[in-house]
Amino acid sequence: MMTEPRIRVLVAKPGLDGHDRGAKIVARALRDAGMEVIYTGLRQTPEQIASAALQEDVDAIGISILSGAHNTIIPRICELLRSQGTEDVLLVVGGIIPDEDIAGLKQAGVAEVFQPGASTQAIVEFVRKNVKGVPTG
Amino acid sequence: MPLGLSIEVSKGYKPGAEVESGLPHRQPSSAEQRWEDETLKPALRESPERQEKFTTLSGVPIQRLYTPADLAKFNYSQDLGDPGDYPYTRGIHPTMYRGRIWTMRQFSGFGTPEDTNQRLHYLLKQGQTGLSIAFDLPTLMGYDSDHPLAEGEVGKCGVAVSSLADMETLLGGLPLERVTTSMTINSPAAIIWAMYLVAAEKSGADWKKISGTTQNDILKEYIAQKEYIFPPAPSMRLVVDTITFGAREVPRWNPISISGYHIREAGSTAVQELAFTLRDGIEYVEWVRRAGMEVDEFAPRLSFFFNAHSDLFEEVAKYRAARRIWARVMRERFGAKNPRSWLCRFHTQTAGCSLTAQQPYNNVVRTTLQALAAVLGGTQSLHTNSLDEAWALPTEEAVTLALRTQQVLASESGVTHTVDPLAGSYFVERLTLETERACYEYFQKIDSMGGMVPALERGYPQKEIHDAAYAYQQAVERKEKIIVGVNDYVTEEKCPIELLVIDESVARRQREKLEQLRRKRDNARVQAALESLGSAASTHTNLMPYILECVRAYATLGEMCDVLRGVFGTYEEPPFR
Repeated sequence: MMTEPRIRVLVAKPGLDGHDRGAKIVARALRDAGMEVIYTGLRQTPEQIASAALQEDVDAIGISILSGAHNTIIPRICELLRSQGTEDVLLVVGGIIPDEDIAGLKQAGVAEVFQPGASTQAIVEFVRKNVKGVPTG
Repeated sequence: MPLGLSIEVSKGYKPGAEVESGLPHRQPSSAEQRWEDETLKPALRESPERQEKFTTLSGVPIQRLYTPADLAKFNYSQDLGDPGDYPYTRGIHPTMYRGRIWTMRQFSGFGTPEDTNQRLHYLLKQGQTGLSIAFDLPTLMGYDSDHPLAEGEVGKCGVAVSSLADMETLLGGLPLERVTTSMTINSPAAIIWAMYLVAAEKSGADWKKISGTTQNDILKEYIAQKEYIFPPAPSMRLVVDTITFGAREVPRWNPISISGYHIREAGSTAVQELAFTLRDGIEYVEWVRRAGMEVDEFAPRLSFFFNAHSDLFEEVAKYRAARRIWARVMRERFGAKNPRSWLCRFHTQTAGCSLTAQQPYNNVVRTTLQALAAVLGGTQSLHTNSLDEAWALPTEEAVTLALRTQQVLASESGVTHTVDPLAGSYFVERLTLETERACYEYFQKIDSMGGMVPALERGYPQKEIHDAAYAYQQAVERKEKIIVGVNDYVTEEKCPIELLVIDESVARRQREKLEQLRRKRDNARVQAALESLGSAASTHTNLMPYILECVRAYATLGEMCDVLRGVFGTYEEPPFR
């Protein structure tokens, strides 16, 4: 029997904020759904996150951000992913992101934004359906 | 006898788990037995209950009915005592809110010190009775507003304060000898407190007369909120230095607010919140005693801070148990003689994590219920969250409504007219007993690990909290726990309220002010003060006088923290697996 390649996800927490309840819950839910999850730990710079994505050869990146710094931090991560040629990695963002900021983030390269109250099930399904290069099923 | 009974209790969120509380077994009377057979059973046959099990928000199983059988060995004078008497279950004052209403203290801070100063004056005008200051993330992490890591974060989650100059602006015109000020600052608490003390002194206020609170609770940072800078040992040394300095020089100041709030926000159960907080309290007492101070010299100024979540009775039981446990710990474990050392005085904030981004007006209702729990539980001061805080820091309009909520509770509800009105409820007393027993179980476990510092270094409380948070999330997704507007009664609406937006002009103004400050101050004096701080940090001397000199010279927060980072190093938490 062939084993399917597992989806590899980097869960990252950029900025100075330490509130990691959401990031850890999402990491565990993705793991429970059979994905391989690398959690960066707290206070990662955009550079550290982009380079971890490259080194770990991940299919998706989940960014948790609650501090209001998303408009500064997320576009920079997108830029770094592009410049190192990993723009096909699926980038999703969760946290306190007001409605009016979503369009800008998507334009910068974010595939989806999960606002407060999103279920882990919705996140798991989205990642499964949208990662590139990994057979679904 | 040391506290800590060898009993089994349910702690984490385990739906369906039975509480083996170690309390005497229920012994229903023959009348109750008859009621079960003749009244209850036929009724259940006719219409079964809505669900098989009922649990508190934290997952503690709740019985259909509580009767005298649940309080078999309950003893009024030992378990409750009268208010103002040991073990203070009923309250720390004999008259509670008949004498004085709790302090209404809204946690405020955003943008520049000018912005926040204006908000603080506004709140006092609206009838707020205490001040509480929120700092932005760069300040909490010991970085100045012009540090590269501060980019995008200046003034966003609180007010930016990088120097004494910012603190003087922040406190401008406030009556510091008449109003008490609480400051939510932890890793750099000694520095921010020193800034407050010098600003107060320059405005003519006497250190012997001013009062307030620095949160200064580093243990819960490692456990839950994660705004730590230095490793535990030097961080604890800074806490000890502020407690001993305060006891001698600023006798009315609460040098620490031992906090469960953030533990609960990270997803803990009510019992975990209480147990880890009080065990943190034990840890601080042990460290200060080891530094050579008698327990009664500093314990009267220890203060606490709890969450008020949505399960009303669970919360009330938690506050009542908190007072009883702390009184017993202080008297029995530490031999404190001064009754003031036995008191668990606490601030309460309604649960930020219960606020929903969806249908935000519902948050007013949640906050009202939570505030009621805090008042029925005998809190000394209270913050009520604003309806917009799932999205942003509150607008002036939103915070005013939150303050009015407290004023309605205090003036109109009548719950303030008698002391501890829920005492004697079979349910509440039983839940209070169970909460107490479950805490002792955690104390015992953490004692056996060698105390809270070794326990958190191995990630024990963090893992317990994460497990509870994950189990709760699953319960919500299975709809075993309902959140109105999120997993039931859902509507497709856009956010209907205006939010407070803090733009990047705040960072620009702060950077300009810092640049001027660095140019105009006596830089030789700054250098000398920073060098003395560095040398003192590598000895065991109390650092407060050295920090005060740096502050007076207008050294910045970031410069002082850099010196301390150089001597103490920084902390990385154990990896999450």
